[in-house]
Amino acid sequence: MTRTTKAMRVLTASVLAMTAGLAQAQDSTDPIKLTLHDWTGQLITTRLMGDVLQKAGYNVEYVQADYLAQFAGLETGDLHVAMEMWETTGRDAMDASTATGKTEVFGPTGMKAKEEWWYPTYMKELCPGLPNWEALKDPACAEAFSTAETAPKGRYLGGPVTWGGFDDERVEALDLPFEVIHAGTDAALFAELESAYQRKAPIMLWIYAPHWAPAKYEGEWVEFPEYTAECYTDPAWGSNPDMAYDCGKPFGEIWKVGWAGVKDKWPGAYDAIKAFTIDNDEMGKMITEVDLDGKTVEEVTDAWMAANEDRWKAWIGQ
Amino acid sequence: MADAPVLSPPRGLPRWAGWGIVLLACVALWLWGAKAAPWAFEWPRHATIPAARWITAFTKWLLNDASFGLFTFQDLTRFIAAVIDAPYRVVLSVLSTGFLDGQGSAAVQITPPLAWIAVLASFALLGLWAGGRGLAALVAACFLFIAVFGQWQSAMVTLASILVAVPLGVLGGLMLGILAWRHRWVSRAIRPVLDLMQTIPVFAYLVPILFLFGFGPTAAVVATLIYAMPPMTRVTELALARVPSELSDLGHMVGCTRRQMMWRVMVPSAREALMVGVNQVIMLSLNMVIIASMIGAGGLGFDVLSALRRLDFGAGLEAGFAIVALAVALDRLSQAAAARGRRPAVPGGVVARHPYLIAALAVIVVAGVAGLLIPAIQSYPEALQLSTGTFWSRVVEWINVNYFDALEAVKNFFLLNLLIPFKRFLLGLPWLGVAALLAFAGLRLGGWRLALLNAALVTLIAVTGQWEKAMITVYLCGISVVIAMLIGLPVGILAANSDRLWSWVRVIIDTLQTLPSFVYLMPAVMLFRVGDFTAMIAIVAFAVAPAIRYTVLGLKGVDPRLIEAGRAMGCTEGQILTRIRLKLALPEILLGLNQTIMFALSMLVITALVGTRDLGQEVYIALTKADPGRGLVAGLAVAFIAIIADRMIHAGAGAARARLGLGEARA
Repeated sequence: MTRTTKAMRVLTASVLAMTAGLAQAQDSTDPIKLTLHDWTGQLITTRLMGDVLQKAGYNVEYVQADYLAQFAGLETGDLHVAMEMWETTGRDAMDASTATGKTEVFGPTGMKAKEEWWYPTYMKELCPGLPNWEALKDPACAEAFSTAETAPKGRYLGGPVTWGGFDDERVEALDLPFEVIHAGTDAALFAELESAYQRKAPIMLWIYAPHWAPAKYEGEWVEFPEYTAECYTDPAWGSNPDMAYDCGKPFGEIWKVGWAGVKDKWPGAYDAIKAFTIDNDEMGKMITEVDLDGKTVEEVTDAWMAANEDRWKAWIGQ
Repeated sequence: MADAPVLSPPRGLPRWAGWGIVLLACVALWLWGAKAAPWAFEWPRHATIPAARWITAFTKWLLNDASFGLFTFQDLTRFIAAVIDAPYRVVLSVLSTGFLDGQGSAAVQITPPLAWIAVLASFALLGLWAGGRGLAALVAACFLFIAVFGQWQSAMVTLASILVAVPLGVLGGLMLGILAWRHRWVSRAIRPVLDLMQTIPVFAYLVPILFLFGFGPTAAVVATLIYAMPPMTRVTELALARVPSELSDLGHMVGCTRRQMMWRVMVPSAREALMVGVNQVIMLSLNMVIIASMIGAGGLGFDVLSALRRLDFGAGLEAGFAIVALAVALDRLSQAAAARGRRPAVPGGVVARHPYLIAALAVIVVAGVAGLLIPAIQSYPEALQLSTGTFWSRVVEWINVNYFDALEAVKNFFLLNLLIPFKRFLLGLPWLGVAALLAFAGLRLGGWRLALLNAALVTLIAVTGQWEKAMITVYLCGISVVIAMLIGLPVGILAANSDRLWSWVRVIIDTLQTLPSFVYLMPAVMLFRVGDFTAMIAIVAFAVAPAIRYTVLGLKGVDPRLIEAGRAMGCTEGQILTRIRLKLALPEILLGLNQTIMFALSMLVITALVGTRDLGQEVYIALTKADPGRGLVAGLAVAFIAIIADRMIHAGAGAARARLGLGEARA
């Protein structure tokens, strides 16, 4: 690097520091790299964080990265912050990564992932006992959810095997006449729902929120016995005395994770990232505006920034 | 391998006797062996070779501790990454971001990127130079399509990484190929490596690559190179070997040095064949666009993925066709450049000698200046963009609502009568019996070396605990390959007879080869649900391309004199086809079969996304669990299946050629 560009950088940094009046002296002016994945909610969360950091005078850069492959980049410091790591789908990779000591969990985002069996409202006519899970034990009801391959059992479309979720165990523990079919990917899951919904055909599947699907399609979650930690660990708990998993799914935290070096390189940004929180309702509303009302992510995040100035100013200590 | 003697049965026994004995033994094992030797069916879990653990430990060591004393292995790969990154940044700046000062959001643009009109005109001029007006129009149309459908920004990002990856792949492949041609031991040593590079699914080694080369476009370029370079190496070796000896003799007589000999004589005279390799590098690089976008390359691949996550089929299709447009433009340009040949230099000044280059520079400068005043020249105006909007989603909905039940009936028929029985049959086979059968078939077709190879690879798959998943893989790919050949052969035969039909078919198979399968996979899920049938559709759609291509290649290459002779002897058209043309085209058709199998196997990772339970899914799970060993073991099992199929077909083609009295020269 030549001397002039270095000098210019220092200059830019000091100008930024003066105008923003915030970025601490020891904070680096290198860009903080935030990862973008391929779903809207994550794009919104990340853009919000990026906007906030920029307001605080930091240099940010967005990098498109795969949800799981990104850990390689976070560990080496090529990437710095991942804003949404879901307890249910990313826990294994996250634990493996933080165990190396090269990445660090930056706390919860405040959003809680709701994940459960879900069905469109029109299925209630065929299976009037819903949403109570015990209605599913009725053979006639299960048959209403069946296909040629699974009949007379009902067909439940679970998430990709990589998501975990213990649905095979749940079906066995609660003695449900259902067969669990795993979709290979998130997109396939919703393609099946879209297809069934267009035809008003039976479907029971794994849906999660915050997501656009519960806003777009009319339907309900099945109400299983409420999750407790004992349910998953203690077979004696719940209706089946011999098996665990005889309850619904837990609400999963959505975590922020990142490179362990962020703390030293950008201490101010580190605090701001840790302070960032947002809740399910806000997020659900923004996702709907983008995916269903056709607004751009930038429009939605700009509106949020304008409406919540007090909140984000507190995160960056202004 | 070809030089190993083909064993024939002992005298006195008919040729089929050996087959009979081996088959009987295998059937006996299959029927009654389950009790006596359960390990021949399912290798006991406790005896499984912990290859996954070893490989994981090795990758850990490689990433963290491997060192050459002065610098570590990772320093070396990071240095390579920096070398690749430099030209990429330049190309990206020129095409997409403009030259920047600083990084991230603090960056300031010094110069804007090339105006869209300038890029379009430059490529059109390149087309005019290489192939005349028709080509120029085609290339311009491709780029216009990208601009009109609002894909310009992403397409330029993708184009930048392709423009870096392709020259590197071509150069690297050429160098390796030359080395392999010069030294027999290099050729022997790299052949299995090339097989592995082409057949191990990218997801299997993605994580180590990301550690070594850093997260971002550079790692994507490296992954692309690993996948796209092997055909170039193979073609180079083959092409150099085919250069007529008169030419090399001439080179020696006029006193060429070794270097002159290579670059002035050999490479130029093999140019036409080398361009086939270039074309493959381009096509395969564009194939990687989706995966590259997952690791920070962005561009069109990212648009396809995010559109399909919203189930916005129209947007996915538009981004997908932008990839096809890039592929068609680059492919036709490279073909034309190869066919053009070298023309004598025109006397005169710089302008007279390089009219196209000067014209392109002029357009770039003029458009650049004009673009500062008129934004529509700099970037395509948003108001004039087209979009299919919800049209495609509505088409899928219409089919779904009206024809789902009919489609479901067809699907169930196939599933219940074909797919499931075949799957059950394969899953019930003992690996020992399969190993024995393949070894014997190898012995008959290619000699004892092939027999040993087959037996060893099958055993390795079994003892690493991959047998069941490997059989599901064989079942899914096997059925798909059969269907692809059943479609590909007749279409190929028809297309070989009519140039007009062939030009249409070519457009379709080029599209199938470069359109990301994700684009049609999700509508297929809507119509056929997740599962093996949908996976099969995706595999067939992708693998039918080589089945058609090579059939046409073979049939068109049949010596017309032989057909005339057949006619003179009073053959009917049907007889000419079955007795003469198909027979003579058999080696090419077998090569097509080989490529169909390779293509089918390379789709495995994609089919894992619609819920299959094969090796592709194993690779995918390993990726999500951050377990490189597990992924590589599954990836190697895929490669082993591919290698067995490749060697058997190669040996079979050799035998067919020998029987037909065709020389090696017609491969």
